[in-house]
Amino acid sequence: MSSVEGPAPAGQSEVDDVPLYAARKEIYPAAVKGTFRTIKWIILVVTLGIYYFLPFLRWDRGPNAPDQAILLDLGNRRFYFFFVEIWPQELYYVTGLLVLAALMLFLMNAVAGRMWCGYLCPQTVWTDLFYAVERLIEGDRRTQIRKAESGRWDLERISEKVLKHTLWLMIAWWTGGAWVLYFADAPTLVRELATFQAPMVAYVWIAILTFTTYALAGWMREQVCLYMCPWPRIQAALTDEHALNVTYRYDRGEPRLSVKKAEAARARGETVGDCVDCNQCVNVCPTGVDIRDGMQMGCIQCGLCIDACDNVMAKIGRPTGLIAYDTDVNVQRRIDRQEPVIKIVRPRTILYVVLIALVGGFMGWQMLTRTTLDVSALHDRNPLFVRLADGSIRNAFTVRLSNKTLETRPFRLELIGLADATMEVAGLPHMAERSALLEVGPDQTRELRVLVTVPRSAGDVDRSIRFRLTDVVSGATASANDFFHGSGSAP
Amino acid sequence: MAAEQNKVDSLTGVSTTGHDWDGIHELNTPLPRWWLWLFYATIVWAIGYVIAYPALPLVSGFTKGVLGYASRDQIESDMAALNQLRGEKVAALAKTSPADIEKSAELQEIARAVGKAAFGNNCAPCHGQGGAGSKGFPNLVDDQWLWGGTLENIQQTITYGIRNENAESRQGNMPAFGKDGLLKKDEIPVVAAYVVSLSGRKPEGAADLAKGAKIFAENCAACHGEQGKGNPEVGAPNLTSNIWLYGGDQKTIEETVTNGRGGVMPAWNGRLDEATIKALTVYVHTLSGGK
Repeated sequence: MSSVEGPAPAGQSEVDDVPLYAARKEIYPAAVKGTFRTIKWIILVVTLGIYYFLPFLRWDRGPNAPDQAILLDLGNRRFYFFFVEIWPQELYYVTGLLVLAALMLFLMNAVAGRMWCGYLCPQTVWTDLFYAVERLIEGDRRTQIRKAESGRWDLERISEKVLKHTLWLMIAWWTGGAWVLYFADAPTLVRELATFQAPMVAYVWIAILTFTTYALAGWMREQVCLYMCPWPRIQAALTDEHALNVTYRYDRGEPRLSVKKAEAARARGETVGDCVDCNQCVNVCPTGVDIRDGMQMGCIQCGLCIDACDNVMAKIGRPTGLIAYDTDVNVQRRIDRQEPVIKIVRPRTILYVVLIALVGGFMGWQMLTRTTLDVSALHDRNPLFVRLADGSIRNAFTVRLSNKTLETRPFRLELIGLADATMEVAGLPHMAERSALLEVGPDQTRELRVLVTVPRSAGDVDRSIRFRLTDVVSGATASANDFFHGSGSAP
Repeated sequence: MAAEQNKVDSLTGVSTTGHDWDGIHELNTPLPRWWLWLFYATIVWAIGYVIAYPALPLVSGFTKGVLGYASRDQIESDMAALNQLRGEKVAALAKTSPADIEKSAELQEIARAVGKAAFGNNCAPCHGQGGAGSKGFPNLVDDQWLWGGTLENIQQTITYGIRNENAESRQGNMPAFGKDGLLKKDEIPVVAAYVVSLSGRKPEGAADLAKGAKIFAENCAACHGEQGKGNPEVGAPNLTSNIWLYGGDQKTIEETVTNGRGGVMPAWNGRLDEATIKALTVYVHTLSGGK
């Protein structure tokens, strides 16, 4: 560790036989206190609190709908989100949310690197919690390493392991348990689970998620970030030189020397870096990387090394911020004796903000102008048309009416265009020739067989038509465009 | 190779595998060991799968697996579960008359869904997937009905069929007037020309319509009616419309008169249960709006 960073000169680096499959390096992150640790604790409590308790939040929708604020009702194919109720054919709202989430991720990345990885990613949050449990029971980094290296399995160590895994499994089980509550009425399901009357699928999913949480947060930990997650790879391609990253300011830190040697060197009037090579930044790292090697894929930028380094700097009476949110550009500028610059507003961030505003605005507009009734028409394909006994031509349609409100509504279905045509709805008595009055139940759809007939005298050309649905009470309308097929030859 | 393996790439400081293509070295980035164990675990899983489930093809047949699993059983249990689920609604169809089914928004939708599936399985081979029919197999989407288009008529036709062995089936034949010598050979084109004229079209060639009308009145009107409007009681088609089961051109009509016609439809009573027949009745009736 003598060079500042990066490439080892050819032939000088020590390389032993690198195996085809590498054994995993055990990581025992040390506990640390500081600003970023506090931020991480707060985010951990808030995000897990939301995850574990949100299903119990109630939202009154009236008598015909569930009162759970967030509910993915797969059985009835409805998705309830506070004041929004989404039908399966409106799943594009969820697609829009995902697009928005991706753009936010890009923006976060452009502003301050892997904020998602370091603070918000479920893998990070749960692993953090599992590490905390581990340290609580088995002791801090040094104690854990000592116990592991001693190789002794006395009663104390065994009971510690048993207790740790039990606690991990309980957290994992609660995680799986909270997951299924999003898919059914939470209080009811909790009661059913407690009395062993819940559907099998609930138990199976709890078991699956207990296992994945326990395995990923307890055993896989940083391996998920290093080997499984695609985001670090994508992130590296999306970042630029002005994105703030957790950075070791090697302009200030190098050459690194121990505290005593540094004092001696200073006395001789030599230039000495602030880094005392105490390795605290490596010891607290949950992925086991050395931040002093520069930006790297293994670094999830959680900021814990900043806390560790600041604590050391305070102790030895040097200014804090040897490791800080900064850019490589600034490190270089300081070496070149220039003022550092922080450029949050730059084309990349402006573009992301504009895109987020556009997508968010479009979705909001869609949501606000969303109709509570809908009509769709499906033209018979076989046959496209049929000639009747008197020579007139008829087309048949399957028309589906949707009532997205929670009470029964009276609708009028009208045929628009094709002035000489008549419309008939199978099963309804003949009424006004081109419109039909009917009811659709709360939160339901109704499928109709609609026959449109054009007399022989009207000629035989193909023409556009439209089905218009009107709420008789409120006057709200929705339409479906379709086509009337003639025989293609004059009668 | 062994010596090559210890080489270090000068740019990245990472050791190489010793593989070298035109001076490009492959870096050795070892996979984690747990990955290797996962790979072995999948092999163990596959062995377990082969033992538990049908897996290996043999000369005749295949290994059955110790669990006795078969995808056919799976389908049967799935279908049983589906029928269980539908049971209540299908039972409601069996209890209700087709007219009431059609009037109820909910029952009509169920009947049309059940009917559509049953139509595709049983009726579509002759009548076509959308009910458009083909030569000799009536179009069910138009507004002309050989045996009547009311719900009762349709239910009767589906239940007992047409011209089959079932005692209740619909009967009524178009005799082979030419082949059986009921009409003289030269009378057939004359009557065919008259039939063409019934639907408002001009017959081919010089036709003696008065003579044709006389032959029609003596031989055909008993079933097809004096005006040729047909009679659903005996399945005699309306000859004055634009709809022809076997074809309306003069030549085809001559052929029909010469050889007779008698399409057959099987009885579905006994093959399909009552609820399905009712669902089919409503489905076919709503295809065209019925009578």
